[in-house]
Amino acid sequence: MIRNISCTINSRPMTWQIDIRMSLADLLRKQGYTSVKEGCGVGECGACAVLIDDVVVDSCLYLAVWADGRNIRTTEGECKEGKLSQIQQAYLDTGSVQCGFCTPGLVMASTAFVEEHKGEKVSRDQIRKGHAGNLCRCTGYEGIIRAVEQCMDPEKTQK
Amino acid sequence: MNMFDIDSYHKANTVDEAIALLSQNPAAKPIAGGTDVLVRLHGNNPDYRHLVDIHDVADLKNVTMEPDGTIVIGAGVTFTRLVQAAGVSTNIPVLAEGASSVGGPQVRNVATIGGNICNGAPSADCAAPLLVLNAQVELKGPDGVRNLPLHDFYQGPGLVDRKTGEIMVSLRIAKSDYQGWSAHYIKYAMRDAMDIATIGCAVACKLKDGKVEGLRLAFAVAGPTPLRCWRTEEKSQGALADESLLKLVAGSVLDDLRPRDSWRASKDFREQIITTLAERVLREAINRQSRNGVSIS
Repeated sequence: MIRNISCTINSRPMTWQIDIRMSLADLLRKQGYTSVKEGCGVGECGACAVLIDDVVVDSCLYLAVWADGRNIRTTEGECKEGKLSQIQQAYLDTGSVQCGFCTPGLVMASTAFVEEHKGEKVSRDQIRKGHAGNLCRCTGYEGIIRAVEQCMDPEKTQK
Repeated sequence: MNMFDIDSYHKANTVDEAIALLSQNPAAKPIAGGTDVLVRLHGNNPDYRHLVDIHDVADLKNVTMEPDGTIVIGAGVTFTRLVQAAGVSTNIPVLAEGASSVGGPQVRNVATIGGNICNGAPSADCAAPLLVLNAQVELKGPDGVRNLPLHDFYQGPGLVDRKTGEIMVSLRIAKSDYQGWSAHYIKYAMRDAMDIATIGCAVACKLKDGKVEGLRLAFAVAGPTPLRCWRTEEKSQGALADESLLKLVAGSVLDDLRPRDSWRASKDFREQIITTLAERVLREAINRQSRNGVSIS
């Protein structure tokens, strides 16, 4: 029930011996990537969302063995040389963080959304649909939508 | 740390490997996207202890078109890929309507169409669209390949005709089942996202000189399995595609279906949604034929 896997986490190559019964969320938390939260454990809340080869996935419903050969991104890696990513900064600018439990998963969902729709004009409805897999019980989502809008607007992103 | 309750695990890299592994252990279940199986693995479920992992079987992940126009959708295609596939959005957009209504982005990025059908859920969002497209199920097992209509594949709640050692390879849609047809799907749920259908309704129609040449209706969560409305379809054959057809269909579909009470919705409520959707979805399907010169305003 033990397998060797090699993957990159936030561009850093890793090799681990893991138990096949582990979820990717368990593996990441055990390795110190504690931005990954396990909320519901059944794929409804999105607090464990990470990017796997740039696609947003709930890591609690993803076997750790499936990470073999893939590139995983967590919100720890989005911050480069002490500078927040565009999305992370926009979350701060719009007051989108309250208790913070959902934030890492939402930041990754927003990151995937903004990268996928780069250069397109998107509606608020599209933004809502793109974040439907993440629950936030504090903010009411308005700030989060504005944060994404801010990142989609080329004039605001140049500052 | 809470690990999944797995007793045995084998990874298959090809369809034939998966068939061999499933044949060796009749208790083993295939796992593809995992969004259903891994949820069932919580809490010592005795039915899902043995897994054959088909997550990375590349042969199951393609949407292709055969020379005769048959669309072949690999069982391991995710909902996201299904929605993006060119052959789907141009020829069978009704299936994209179903696939895009599943869960949220994270679920659609990993969950597969094969899992949506093989778990036998009466609420599967791809089921009603596939039923009105007359989809055929292609299975491969130790004794070779077997094809059967999707409506025969469904046997009961959570029950499908997948025999020991068999893998669903693909869903096949013949050209004659989409060319000239127009179709529509509506999922009625309490929320617009991350919810299970209260009722799902798909209609496909083909009109000639303003009359019904072909009409197919299918419902999810309106019986123990997703169901076609055979009697209603027969009754509407040759009818004028006008308001009286909408009335005929809305007044007849309940005879084809068996909705029930559950904690999600009462039988009475479901019946009202069924008749309302039958009319609404049919109207839109007919209007989509209006590009061919017919319409109901």
